[in-house]
Amino acid sequence: MPTEEVTNAEEIEQILADHAGRSRDDLIPILQEIQDTCGYLSREAVTSVGRYLNLPASKIYGVATFYNQFRFEPLGRYHIQVCRGTACHVKGSAGVMDMVINEIGVQPGQTSRDRLFSLEVVACMGACGLAPVICVNGEFHAKMTPRKLAQLVAEIRQKESSNAE
Amino acid sequence: MITLKVDNRTIEANEGETILSALNRHGIHVPTLCHMEELPPTGACRMCVVEQEDTARLITACSHPVADGMVLSTHSPKVLGARRMIVELLLSSHPDDCLYCSRSGKCDLQQLAEGLGVRRRAAGEPAPSTPMDVSGPSIIRDPSKCILCGKCVRTCEEIQGVSAIDFVGRGSKATVAPAFDEGLNVSSCINCGQCIIVCPTGALSEHSYLDEVAAALADPETFVVVQHAPAVSVTLAEEFGARTGKDVDGQMVAALRRLGFDRVFDTSFTADLTIMEEASELAHRVATGGRLPMLTSCSPGWIKFVEQFYPDFMENLSTCKSPQQMMGAIIKSFFAEREGIDKRKIVSVSIMPCTAKKFECQRPEMGREYIPDVDYVLTTRELGRLLRMYGVMLPSLEPEQADNPFGERSTAGKIFGASGGVMEAAVRTAHFLLTGKEMDEPQIRPLRGLKGVKSLKARIGDLEVGAAVVSGLGNARAILDEVRGGRDDLHFIEVMTCPGGCIAGGGQPLGADLSAIRARMKALYKIDRSEPIRTSHSNTSVKRLYEEFLGEPLGHKSHELLHTHYGKREVMT
Repeated sequence: MPTEEVTNAEEIEQILADHAGRSRDDLIPILQEIQDTCGYLSREAVTSVGRYLNLPASKIYGVATFYNQFRFEPLGRYHIQVCRGTACHVKGSAGVMDMVINEIGVQPGQTSRDRLFSLEVVACMGACGLAPVICVNGEFHAKMTPRKLAQLVAEIRQKESSNAE
Repeated sequence: MITLKVDNRTIEANEGETILSALNRHGIHVPTLCHMEELPPTGACRMCVVEQEDTARLITACSHPVADGMVLSTHSPKVLGARRMIVELLLSSHPDDCLYCSRSGKCDLQQLAEGLGVRRRAAGEPAPSTPMDVSGPSIIRDPSKCILCGKCVRTCEEIQGVSAIDFVGRGSKATVAPAFDEGLNVSSCINCGQCIIVCPTGALSEHSYLDEVAAALADPETFVVVQHAPAVSVTLAEEFGARTGKDVDGQMVAALRRLGFDRVFDTSFTADLTIMEEASELAHRVATGGRLPMLTSCSPGWIKFVEQFYPDFMENLSTCKSPQQMMGAIIKSFFAEREGIDKRKIVSVSIMPCTAKKFECQRPEMGREYIPDVDYVLTTRELGRLLRMYGVMLPSLEPEQADNPFGERSTAGKIFGASGGVMEAAVRTAHFLLTGKEMDEPQIRPLRGLKGVKSLKARIGDLEVGAAVVSGLGNARAILDEVRGGRDDLHFIEVMTCPGGCIAGGGQPLGADLSAIRARMKALYKIDRSEPIRTSHSNTSVKRLYEEFLGEPLGHKSHELLHTHYGKREVMT
């Protein structure tokens, strides 16, 4: 999954061309494929889909916001998924969620201005034995505590700033 | 014919109709929040529940078809309890600031709460205030007041074919908003204000410029000129509780003078001027092989609609400015010069049945040297508010005449306020311009009435003219698609953004049903019947303006002041 903001105009055109029926039934599969390719649904993507399926942008945005799976900002270089499933909840994932929001300064669905972090809430990752669990760029971090989380974020920041130098 | 028993009365109903429609016809009132005349029911709000006595079930009257032998109760304890709970739940996430609400006194939710005896907050906390969308020139959104009935969404999509707004999010987080939650100013909203008319609460209201106008009226340094649109005089009385369809033209002029306006002009004068220009333009296009069908350009919501959705029809739009903007341009040129007033000291106000006019007057095309031709637009509703604020009681005033020279009008200019009026006025004048004779019967029946699409085939001199009249932009979409598809029998199409025309505009008094709109329309046609000057070209002040200033229709001065060009507009559609 690319993490930078990309317009992907050609890839979007290709995805649209693969749904040649131009039926509005294809809306959600098209949006899913675009998100898989681009990481999010940009304004350009929504207007292209709208033109292709003859649907207003407001309607597409309405459908897409109905589901939790779609995001409208590009992913950060570190994409954090916080599990809010039942087991994680019992083990205190609400606190973990608040901690993450505090540490990285963005709400679920958002991306930090420096594009370093993005945050997503997921219902269950199927790793209940590790609760409360978070996932950063596909890597699981088990039994999160405030201390472990702060350390994780600090390490990422340090790595990024030493890379920048 | 089938029979129902409702509240122990037997009533007759037609096969296939809904319970609500049968009840309404028999004068039995059932409250609704989401119901819309002429559109299929959604049954979203559940306010209209009635009890089916044999099953003791509550069913929604708006969406349930009648059945023979049905026994219903419209106000059993169960029904009233359910309705009351619905209102209590709607209020549970509603702000408690009715005193400060723009809709106070006209709010359906407030009236239901009052009527059902809700006297305390039953659940929840008052909704925290969320940011209002004040970005648009015409319409303000206050999402915290929204009860998600969906009427604005349906109006925008199913009647206007615009879909600037839709439901966003899900469940308790759902709101109504433009795509990407952006402001209305960058959306495809055409500012027609039909959403305000159907909104049951204060979630949608007009962007008011009352304070600016009041400040101008109080400033001795400014010269404040007002114009009023053809459709305002037949609706303003409703703001003062009068029956619908009462014309108060003269009293309104008197009232505007009492407010302190230095000159009171009638936009119907420039409606006559529009006809002179537009009929000449049509004749010119027909003679020179210009782009046809020509489309009218008086309705600013429609103009933005073409710019966004049908840019390939830009050349078809008449280049005439709307009557409001023609009046504005003349006030700040000819009038300012003649009276020796610096145009920078003139504040030009217009009273319109329309919210899109607020957008129109701010368009960059509509002024010169960075001075707008019309400074502020007030709706009919805002004028009602201004009059009450200043203590000017309209019903008690003696009628007065509008000021010269832009106070004279023909009835052709006046009927601009109803869908079909522009076409009727244009045909009367075109007939005279092409044949040199007046029509034997100026009334053109096929162009009248509240139907969304009307058409006319007429022989004017040697010319066979095909004309169509549409109102409601969903209907405009359909006809433009036909023209795109090759339909070529039309020379001239009148388009009004609002269904029925300006009499049902987004700035008109609230709470009007179809019969009220019909009464407003009849009031305009009664004026047309009862006055002697019924054609725009017989307006002597218009003739004099051409002699003294403009020269001739489509002449150099006209082009400079009365015509303009529009361009493709990029918005998120």
